[in-house]
Amino acid sequence: MYKIAVVGDRDSVLGFQALGLSVFPTETVEQARQTVNQLAKEDYAILYLTEQLGQQLADLLARYQSQVTPAIILIPGKEGSLGIGMKNITSAVERAVGADIL
Amino acid sequence: MPSATVNATRMELTRLKGRLKTAVRGHKLLKDKRDELMKQFLEVIQENRALRRRVEEGLNRAHGSFTVASALMSPEALEQALLYPKQSVELEMTFRNIMSVNVPVYHFETKGSEGGDIYPYGFATTSCEVDGAVEALSSVFQDMLKLAQVEKASQLLAEEIEKTRRRVNALEYVMIPRMQESIKYISMKLEENERNNIIRLMKVKDMLLAEAIEEKRQHDQEAVRQAAT
Repeated sequence: MYKIAVVGDRDSVLGFQALGLSVFPTETVEQARQTVNQLAKEDYAILYLTEQLGQQLADLLARYQSQVTPAIILIPGKEGSLGIGMKNITSAVERAVGADIL
Repeated sequence: MPSATVNATRMELTRLKGRLKTAVRGHKLLKDKRDELMKQFLEVIQENRALRRRVEEGLNRAHGSFTVASALMSPEALEQALLYPKQSVELEMTFRNIMSVNVPVYHFETKGSEGGDIYPYGFATTSCEVDGAVEALSSVFQDMLKLAQVEKASQLLAEEIEKTRRRVNALEYVMIPRMQESIKYISMKLEENERNNIIRLMKVKDMLLAEAIEEKRQHDQEAVRQAAT
């Protein structure tokens, strides 16, 4: 049995609590880094991370990208989308094809 | 240029020819794998884009409602309202095999009260904006799960394609030409040795012949002298 976690600043992630997901409010980048590392060791299959934090944790994302669990998915925080999620898709295409073909 | 360590022997030649054959076959197989992976990948990427757009839109709407709600209610009251969820989500993970890449597939089950609604609070003390926000979140949640699945798949596929692409290129542009070069070098060297050998034999034969003729001539002269006396 796997669990789903949401990591981000308090206001962005609070709502997910109502859906029954595990919510981990973090205020600083360092705190988020520790939380993600901790959760990755436990049986969390999906980790939703706000783009605002993900922006500053690029090395962490790269590390977990090649692992099957957890899947770290960036979601827009309360300040709105930064377009990082979309950019990551484009960079995945570039990585696979060698050029942005779409 | 073949490396200096190549042994110009027949055995090495046979070995290299075998390796070249394997490399060519491997190259073809890997190329097929890359093409098929690419096809799958492009499908996944299209889906990924569409889902992400939908999820981001939905979440932005939900966040908007939450912002209004938190302006209308005290943070404590808002947190209290959402603190104890009515439903819990259980996630099951299986794997799908795309060209030997194991891609996770998520199945989730929500366990909740039979009442059917998802609001974990009484309506008396909360603003109706919270209802809207929770509603928006729960409607986008299905897509979020799907997004997680698709996005992970695309990441894993991208990595596998990159690896395969590198292998194909390494075989095509480095390994195979180098082996062909080595084979050419060895077979030239062997032919050269062969010619050397023939020339040497011819020379030896010439020398032996010259010696024999010389001997014969001396023998003849001897005979002539004896006949004269």
